[in-house]
Amino acid sequence: MRKLSLERLDALLSSISEKMPLYLPVDTDGGAHFVRFQSGLKPSEKLLPSKSAKDIFFPQSEELVNFKVDGKKIEIIDIRKECEDFVVWGVTPCDAKALRVLDNVFLAEPIDSFYKNRRDHGIIVSLACARPSETCFCQTFGIDAADPDCDVAIYKADGYLYLSPKTDKGEKLVASLADLTEDTDEKPVEDAKNTIRERLAKLPLANLKADAFGAGKTSKFFDAPEWSELSESCLGCGSCTFHCPTCQCYDIKDIDTGHGVIRQRCWDSCMYSEFTKMSAGQPRLTQKERFRQRFMHKLVYYPERYNGLYSCVGCGRCLRVCPIGMNIVKVMKKLGGNENA
Amino acid sequence: MQEINRETLIAKAKELLDAGTVDRLLGWKRGEFDWDVTPAVFTADNLGEFVYNSFCGANFSKYLIAETRKSEKKVLVFLKPCDTYSFNQLLTEHRFDRERVYAVGIPCEGMLDVAKIRGLSDNVASVTDGETVKIETLWDGEITSEREKLLAERCLNCKSKKHVAYDELIGEDGDVLDSHRFDEVERLESLTPDERYAFWQNELSRCIRCNACRDVCPACTCEKCVFDNPNSGLENKAAANEFEEKLFHIIRAFHVAGRCTDCGECSRVCPQHIPLHLLNRKFIRDIDNFYGEYQAGAEVGSRAPIVNFTTDDLEPSEAVRRDENA
Ligand code: SF4
Ligand code: SF4
Ligand code: SF4
Ligand code: SF4
Repeated sequence: MRKLSLERLDALLSSISEKMPLYLPVDTDGGAHFVRFQSGLKPSEKLLPSKSAKDIFFPQSEELVNFKVDGKKIEIIDIRKECEDFVVWGVTPCDAKALRVLDNVFLAEPIDSFYKNRRDHGIIVSLACARPSETCFCQTFGIDAADPDCDVAIYKADGYLYLSPKTDKGEKLVASLADLTEDTDEKPVEDAKNTIRERLAKLPLANLKADAFGAGKTSKFFDAPEWSELSESCLGCGSCTFHCPTCQCYDIKDIDTGHGVIRQRCWDSCMYSEFTKMSAGQPRLTQKERFRQRFMHKLVYYPERYNGLYSCVGCGRCLRVCPIGMNIVKVMKKLGGNENA
Repeated sequence: MQEINRETLIAKAKELLDAGTVDRLLGWKRGEFDWDVTPAVFTADNLGEFVYNSFCGANFSKYLIAETRKSEKKVLVFLKPCDTYSFNQLLTEHRFDRERVYAVGIPCEGMLDVAKIRGLSDNVASVTDGETVKIETLWDGEITSEREKLLAERCLNCKSKKHVAYDELIGEDGDVLDSHRFDEVERLESLTPDERYAFWQNELSRCIRCNACRDVCPACTCEKCVFDNPNSGLENKAAANEFEEKLFHIIRAFHVAGRCTDCGECSRVCPQHIPLHLLNRKFIRDIDNFYGEYQAGAEVGSRAPIVNFTTDDLEPSEAVRRDENA
């Protein structure tokens, strides 16, 4: 465990950014957003960036491959490049866990080489949540906001920043900052963790349980009459999916440039009318089915496929952005009944 | 603080349900917190969950399109003054059957913006409305603020407290106001083209194309939006570049020009806090300047200047010249 005075935070960030690209949440007119660090930029003090660190690993749109067409000749241009190591600073513990959810999907065969490239080179620095919000419910999914699952966990306490490396990547990063930091015992961090856990226990959603959901519950919930009421005013805007750190669906489109093709992928949303449309048509005909898909995927299908792990991390973004105030907490309470008090 | 409360509205709903005037109503359902209310359909059975507070800003007019298709019976809808303009505009466009609606106009003192509240504290336990709004926080004790400072932008610049459509009113009707809603448009007009470009570039670069602005908009009622239609050649789920970032917004602004009532729903719902109302207000102001004052939705059946023709109309070249000199 190492520490440095919070007054020297800028020196620390500058030192990292001299070694490799550093991304961190910075305040903008539209909330905190991840940007590349430049000297003078101040990290946002906000708990939750508007959009999660997912965007850095799985951007909203990216080119996959290009084709050059010359008469009947098609040349395939592989545009993949190995990226350099980089640091993502200030990832919330929920968002760090969300990357594990994405890993299950993108790092299994067939491996998504675009995601893997960034994942291999990205170093996640996660700040424990001293001031959780009323919309936070990471605990429901077994996430400990006092002890993030990441490369380096950081804590702020009594004027110091504490750095606790948790993986080899993290050890290396912290070692490279030795001239700015000093050794410290674990006591202040243990105290900080206790304070965080006391606060987590007091959150309004602290008692929300996911036990009613999980593997094997498809038939129990699929035809539940409650879906009609829950989805009745949903606009199908997809704002919830585009802010969600675990949503992973994408679409692929070929853009004709006149002398070739750019193959692009971009996020898609189960809330959209054209989602997974096939030659036979659209499998989910009304907003009710699309809405159901989103929540069944988070709470039932994903855990069924991946060892009981839920694909919601309780970040609370969907609670904040939905124009009609509908969200996964309301769905869980309505469908889970008493098991979810 | 609103002049009317939950009890007044429930009493009105019960009266109309009991009399058989309506068989259901559109209202707001209680959420987990004070600020996350959800539009919902109520009958006498679930009125317990009905809520009314200063977060009940959703404009119900557009919901009437789907709701009036469900039954021949009338549905009760509560409309704030700004909502009544959208209501009329939808009627002008024949989007729902007026006979299937019972509209009750309700007074409005302005709605609170939860984003402004979050600017004061990001751990909001409860919000108590009043001239001074009290915010109970989880970790910072009680915070208070002048109500005015927490009002939504559209309410600070409210254009009218007058209801332009209703079957019945609760309370006294208000007046069309002299608002400052074009001040910011004028400021943008005074910038150089490059500065203005930079302004919009910065704002629109945050757009994630969630489409919430379009989906909530009472002027956006196409059965299939070109941006969702794979056969349109414009279908686009995310902007591939800076050009596409703007394309969606420019097309949308043009498409609602002359029909946008400036209800402010687009800016309310944008999760990236993009000031979309400024695009719409620029069009409204230009129309006012070029063709004479026109307020969409002020009356049913009016012809918007840009879908109308009179021999006094400004020549297009003159419009362009004036705009360049603006
Ligand atoms: S949900 Fe948990 S981990 Fe995420 S910001 Fe809130 S307290 Fe932190
Ligand atoms: S479903 Fe909602 S709370 Fe859960 S991870 Fe996604 S945005 Fe966060
Ligand atoms: S649940 Fe809310 S955010 Fe998600 S698509 Fe529906 S209206 Fe939009
Ligand atoms: S609501 Fe905001 S983020 Fe969503 S499409 Fe509209 S402008 Fe873009």
